[in-house]
Amino acid sequence: MASKKMADGGLPVIARFEVRHRNYLAPDGSINRPLPAFASDASLLASLYRAMVLLRNFDRKAVALQRTGRLGTYAVSLGQEAVSVGIASAMREEDVLLPSYRDNGALIWRGVKLEEILLFWGGDERGNQFSGPVQDFPFCVPVGSQAPHAAGVAYAFKLRKQPRVAVCMFGDGATSKGDVYEAMNFAGVHKLPVVFVATNNQWAISVPLRLQTASETLAQKAIAAGFIGEQVDGSDVVAVRAAAEDAIAAARDGQGPRFIEALTYRLGDHTTSDDASRYRPEEEVQARWKEEPIARLRAFLANQKIWSKADEEQLAAECHERVEAAVERYLAAEPREAETMFDHLYADLPEVYVAQRRQLAGEGDG
Amino acid sequence: MAEVTLVEAVNLALARAMEDDPDVVVLGEDVGINGGVFRATVGLQTRFGPERVLDTPLAELLISGLCVGMAAQGLKPVGEIQFMGFLYPCIDQLVNHASRIRNRTQGRLTCPMVLRTPHGAGIRAPEHHSESTEAMLAHIPGLRVVIPSSPERAYGLLLAAIRDPDPVVFLEPTRIYRAAKGEVEDNGEALPLDVAFILREGRDITLISWGAMLKETMAAAEALAAEGIAAEVIDLATLKPYDEVTVLGSIAKTGRCVIVHEATRTGGFGAEIAALIAERGLTSLLAPVARVTGYDTVIPMARLEQKFMPSVGRIVAAARKACQFS
Repeated sequence: MASKKMADGGLPVIARFEVRHRNYLAPDGSINRPLPAFASDASLLASLYRAMVLLRNFDRKAVALQRTGRLGTYAVSLGQEAVSVGIASAMREEDVLLPSYRDNGALIWRGVKLEEILLFWGGDERGNQFSGPVQDFPFCVPVGSQAPHAAGVAYAFKLRKQPRVAVCMFGDGATSKGDVYEAMNFAGVHKLPVVFVATNNQWAISVPLRLQTASETLAQKAIAAGFIGEQVDGSDVVAVRAAAEDAIAAARDGQGPRFIEALTYRLGDHTTSDDASRYRPEEEVQARWKEEPIARLRAFLANQKIWSKADEEQLAAECHERVEAAVERYLAAEPREAETMFDHLYADLPEVYVAQRRQLAGEGDG
Repeated sequence: MAEVTLVEAVNLALARAMEDDPDVVVLGEDVGINGGVFRATVGLQTRFGPERVLDTPLAELLISGLCVGMAAQGLKPVGEIQFMGFLYPCIDQLVNHASRIRNRTQGRLTCPMVLRTPHGAGIRAPEHHSESTEAMLAHIPGLRVVIPSSPERAYGLLLAAIRDPDPVVFLEPTRIYRAAKGEVEDNGEALPLDVAFILREGRDITLISWGAMLKETMAAAEALAAEGIAAEVIDLATLKPYDEVTVLGSIAKTGRCVIVHEATRTGGFGAEIAALIAERGLTSLLAPVARVTGYDTVIPMARLEQKFMPSVGRIVAAARKACQFS
C-alpha cells in the first residue's frame, strides 16, 4: 500500500491507501460485474431471498404488536435486510456472532426462534437464552460495546488454535466510539480472527452520517488499525455475502481481521419509539425505496427465471404462517415468577441475597 | 514458609493459578516484560509466554471488554488496570456486560473474569492515582468486590477470585503493597469469598474496615486496649456481597460500632453498613454508629493526602466517644 513518491512541495509520500467498493446487483436487479461462485447456486440465492422476506414480515408483525401494547420497543430492519442475512449466511455454525440490537436477520439465520426474539423485545431475559449457537452473544444495546468482546472471543480462538471466527456487527454511530477503535486496534496487532461489520444505514437516530464523521468512508477506519476495510453495497445481498465470505475465510486462514462497511439505508424509524419524519425528508426516503434489497434480489431472481409469482405467493403464505405461529407461542409463554430474577445473578446465589429472593417470592422475611 | 510482601503474594497467586489452569490469562498494560508497574506480574511472561501474559495497548475499556469476550469463551482472564483512577473507562463494561451477561442470557454465557487494580491513597502518587471508589463498584449487581488487607489474604482471596465463576473486581491496597509482610504458604489454597475476617476479638466495640485502612484500625485497637477498651476488628474483605452475619453478630456482642474507610463519606460503603445495623441491629446498639472516613473532597495530592485519610487518632477518638455515649 505504501509507495515512496515525491509529492507537491517535495515531501515524500510514505503511505497511500485504497478502499474498494463491491457491488454486483444494480437496483433494478441487473448485473454489474461477474457474480461470485456461490451465486450459481439458485437454491442458496432463494434461501437468502426467503430470509429477507421473512425478516420483513416479522418486522411488520413486531411493530403491530408494539402498537397494540403486546411488545416493548422494537428496532426494525426495514431496508437493510441484506446486511444481517448476507453476513450470517457466510458464517459457520461454530463461529460466534456478536450482534447489535438491529441484527434480527442474522440471529434468525443462525437458528434463533422468532418467538425468542419477541420474548426479548417483550421484556423477558429468556429471549436471550436462545436456540442459536450456544456461544453467540445476545443483542448488544450499549452501542459498540460488543466490539471489545469480539476481540476477546477471537483472542480465545487464537490462543486455543481453533479455526473459528468472531463476527461483530454494529451501526455507523458505533464507529464514533472508542470501544470500536480499541477493539479493532487490538485485533490488528494480534491478527485476530474477527470480522467487524458496520451497517452504515446513514442515520444514528436523528444524526446523519455527515455529523457522525468527516471520513469519506467508514471502511477506511480499518486502515488506522492496520487491516483491510472494504465497502459493499449493503442493499445487494450478493455483495454482502461475497464480502463476508472473503473476510471470514481470510480471518479463518490466519490473515487477521477485516472490516466491512455495508452501505445501506434505514427505511424505517430508528425504533418504534422514534419518529424519523421529525428529522428526515420524505423525498430522501422515497428515493431510497428504489434501491431496497428485497425488490432488487427479486428482480434478479425473476430475470434468471428462478423465482416465479407462484413462488412469491407461496413464500408470503409461509411467512405469514410462521410469524403468526411464533406470535402465538410468544403470547402463550408462561410468565416468570418474580423471584427468578435472582436465578442467574451469580452461579450460586450468595447467602445474603436469599432473604431478598424469599421476599420476592412472597415468603416475607424483610 | 517464606515471608513475602502483599504484592509478592499477588504474584505468587497469579503464578499458581496459571500453573494450575491453562485457561488463566493475564493481561494489561506493561504486565509482560516489565512485570507491571508495581511488579505484581513479574516473571510471569517468561514463565508462561506472551500469549498468556499479554501486554495490551493503552486502552482500559479494551482490557475489561477483552476479559468479557475471553471469559465468555471459558478462559479465565485476569486483567490489570494500573491505578484505580484509570478504572473508570471500564465501568461501562463492568456494569453493562461483565456483571450481567449471566443474567441477560439466563446462564447461557458467563463471565469468570477478574479485574485487578491498586486501590487507595497514601503513596504520594500523582493525581488520579489514589482513588478509593469501591462503593461505586459494590453497587453493581452480579459483581464481586474483594479487597485483601494482608499477604495471606491477598494470596488466598486472589486464588478464590480467579476460580470464581463470576466477575470479580480485586482491589489491591497500594499503600501496603510492600509495607505489609507476612508468611504465605504457596499451597494453592484459596480463602473464602463473601466472608469477613475477625482480626481481633473484643467485647466493647466493633471496628469495621477493609484494605490498607486496617493498618490504622488495628493500631487504634491497640491504643484503645491500653485504655481498657477491648475492640473487635473486622476485615470486611469482600464488599460485594458482604458478610452481614459477621457484622451483625459482632454488634450484638459489643453494641458499638465504628466504620473506617478512606473513601469519601457520602454514599461510601460505611453508609451501607450503618444502614444494615440500623435496620437489623438497632436493639443491640448502645451508641450511634460512627464513621471515620475521607472527606467529601477530591482526594488531595501528596501534600495534603495524609490530612484526608483517617488517622489512628481519629479512629480512637470516634471509638472513645462511642464508648462514653450514655
